[in-house]
Amino acid sequence: MAGGWFRRSPSPLPGFGLTFGFTTFFLSTVILLPLAALVIRAAGIAPSELLALLLDERAVASYRLSFGAAALAAAINAVFGFIVAWSLVRYDFPGRRLLDTMIDLPFALPTAVSGIALATVFSPTGWLGQKLALAGVQVAYTWLGVVVALVLIGLPFVVRSVQPALIEVRRELEDAAESLGAGGFHVFRRIILPTVLPALATGFTLAFARGIGEYGSVVFISGNLPFETEITPLLIVIKLEQYDYDGAAALGFFMLAMSFVMLFAINLVQGWGQRRLGLGAH
Amino acid sequence: MARGVSWTAEGRRMTRGAKLARLVLLAISFGFLGLLLLAPLGAVLAQALAKGVGAWLESFSDPDTIASIKLTLLTAAIVVPANTLFGIAAAWAIARFEFRGKSLLVTLIDLPFAVSPVIAGLVLVFLFGVQGWFGEWLQERNLPIIFAVPGIVLATIFISFPYVARELIPLMQQQGSDEEVAALSLGAGPWLTFLRITLPKIRWGLLYGVILCNARVMGEFGAVSVVSGHIRGVTNTMPLQVEILYNEYNFVAAFAVASLLALLAILTLVAKTLVEWRSGIGGH
Repeated sequence: MAGGWFRRSPSPLPGFGLTFGFTTFFLSTVILLPLAALVIRAAGIAPSELLALLLDERAVASYRLSFGAAALAAAINAVFGFIVAWSLVRYDFPGRRLLDTMIDLPFALPTAVSGIALATVFSPTGWLGQKLALAGVQVAYTWLGVVVALVLIGLPFVVRSVQPALIEVRRELEDAAESLGAGGFHVFRRIILPTVLPALATGFTLAFARGIGEYGSVVFISGNLPFETEITPLLIVIKLEQYDYDGAAALGFFMLAMSFVMLFAINLVQGWGQRRLGLGAH
Repeated sequence: MARGVSWTAEGRRMTRGAKLARLVLLAISFGFLGLLLLAPLGAVLAQALAKGVGAWLESFSDPDTIASIKLTLLTAAIVVPANTLFGIAAAWAIARFEFRGKSLLVTLIDLPFAVSPVIAGLVLVFLFGVQGWFGEWLQERNLPIIFAVPGIVLATIFISFPYVARELIPLMQQQGSDEEVAALSLGAGPWLTFLRITLPKIRWGLLYGVILCNARVMGEFGAVSVVSGHIRGVTNTMPLQVEILYNEYNFVAAFAVASLLALLAILTLVAKTLVEWRSGIGGH
């Protein structure tokens, strides 16, 4: 019988053996086997050597930039993404639907295209970069450029997480609070923010997770100076190009481990949100 | 999604403070999105047409650019059907049956979304590269994968793996299988049941997943960049061709190819929105 011991309950439907078999085979061949190749390659490096590669000064500088810029970008998105989601949910204005559709542009636009476009807009001779240069700020080819690129990439994660949560906010509570004399800020802090906070935290974590691995949109605007504007994914590419396979394997293994940590964090945040909202419903 | 259920301030009495807040928040939203989304999109168009429509068109007569467009189309023609087939199979197994380790399977399917595109390329190097597990074996038989088209296809499969499955699993779970069971009990065969009952039921969700998958496949840069080797006219996809032209300061040509990719992104958004309206599927 297809399925065997691990089928939990019988089903009148056919095709379990075929679809389950194909799914696990395809998953194993194109995803798990390659990932295993990286893990085993990294495991083959002597522990002291691995540690030295991971704590190399240039690598540490790249973590600082990748994680710092991703965190800052996710925080910026938490603020502005919230305002955008609020505008889309609470207000009616001409072009609202178009704006709502545009939010997904960073998902649809190839990262290389956003990369060269941002680099052009923010370069010292670019449309926006010129104006910023007058104020003494340079974005392109500095760490600020990395942040800008990651804000673009992370925006939809925050807006799309917060939108449904904002729709759920109970307007009666706001009205009641207002009728009892609560000011706008008070209503926001005591009623709106607590309801939306789990969604905001989810959006922040998703944007952060995407940010630490992002490559295409960053490399054109960041300048790629070792120790200064070099993100970890780029350092992996550089090590690979220099045939430093151990170095690439060590950093790749670290980034893969961070992906698992982020998956775990996202599950944790979502679980926290569900418990919190479940509690709030009583 | 906000559609249809959003609260409009217009029906409610607004205090002066609320009106001011509305004005300020809308201004911030428009400013932020204008700066972040419209300015780059405008820059792509402006740069692509900087020397006129003639120069823009001229860019597409470069044989290397034509080859990159062909390679991108070829990659999509292989990867999108492969991941669609996988998505349907995975959704059928996961949404229709109970088995041990199901949630682990779902997590593993989502894994490529959590992994950096650079890692997606890197793992293939350790598997098929000269130093990799199968490197020697492949080299002896003169079957290159890394720095060749098969590597590009595999890297692209990796990063676009979850799109269709992830759209179909919740949809099929929610739809249930009563109609399929009825058809089977009336004597329809499994394939007929799938084609006549299941496929029509899931068609919008399937189309939605395919649209998103295709956009990612055609636009992928990081993963493909690691395994491609950047051989002109041979292993450059459109995003890689954009990079090469840009790094050569050939801005009109770089942005011309980029404008084509931007057009693809806009078409993707339009198609996605149409499917959402037609079917009531929400975005994420």
